[in-house]
Amino acid sequence: MQNPSYRGSYKPFVSPRDPCPPITIKYFVLPPQIFTNFQQPGLPQNSPEEALMQGSLWPKFVDGFSREEGIS
Amino acid sequence: MWVYEKKLLYPVEVTTCNPMLARYLMEQYGGADGELAAALRYMNQRYTVPDKVIGLLTDISTEEFSHLEMLATMIYKLTKDATPEQLEKAGLGAHFVNHGHSLFYENAGGVPFTATYIQSKGDPIADLYEDIAAEEKARATYQWLIDISDDPGINDALRFLRERENIHSLRFREAVELLKDERDRKKVF
Repeated sequence: MQNPSYRGSYKPFVSPRDPCPPITIKYFVLPPQIFTNFQQPGLPQNSPEEALMQGSLWPKFVDGFSREEGIS
Repeated sequence: MWVYEKKLLYPVEVTTCNPMLARYLMEQYGGADGELAAALRYMNQRYTVPDKVIGLLTDISTEEFSHLEMLATMIYKLTKDATPEQLEKAGLGAHFVNHGHSLFYENAGGVPFTATYIQSKGDPIADLYEDIAAEEKARATYQWLIDISDDPGINDALRFLRERENIHSLRFREAVELLKDERDRKKVF
């Protein structure tokens, strides 16, 4: 995970009568682009190799995702 | 659970006999961006969004059902006294053959409602952005309905409904802002 701050979390309601062991904290993604209304010029850029690996020329818009985060 | 109040959210007055208008209004009744799609979409998404925005989805979904009821009233009033010949002239011949004088969830082109109009992605941002888009599309549909309708009573109700879409869009965008606030929040669970 490149940038761990692009995530949110909440505590869902847990009933004492839930049939399965409850998940007490749920995580969700807040993708970086929703924090930018209009991209400014001159943002720091990745190297071409990094851009190819990450899928974006700008590190600002890369947040990564891995199943280890356990969001789904 | 719901409590039903036996009156419309906003009074619906139909001033002219124009069954053709009923056909157009069906776009908002059973169409992809209509009130049924909106109500069902929010009512279903609300289970898997953060607690903070569950209430909003419940409230707006409930209101969409009250909008649906207004649309149904308009369509019913416009068609209930029409003869089969008049319905045919209004482009509702196929509707009459299948449904008689009853209403049905179809769009203005007669395409029946389908669940593929809506989505629930299980990702709060994706779902809320779909909801914002849905409200803006419903707003646009109301604009085109107002443009094509010359019934002052219908247009008054449509104007009311269009304004509600604007507010819903804003509330959904506020919900996104609430979730954005969760970023970097120091929390102890």
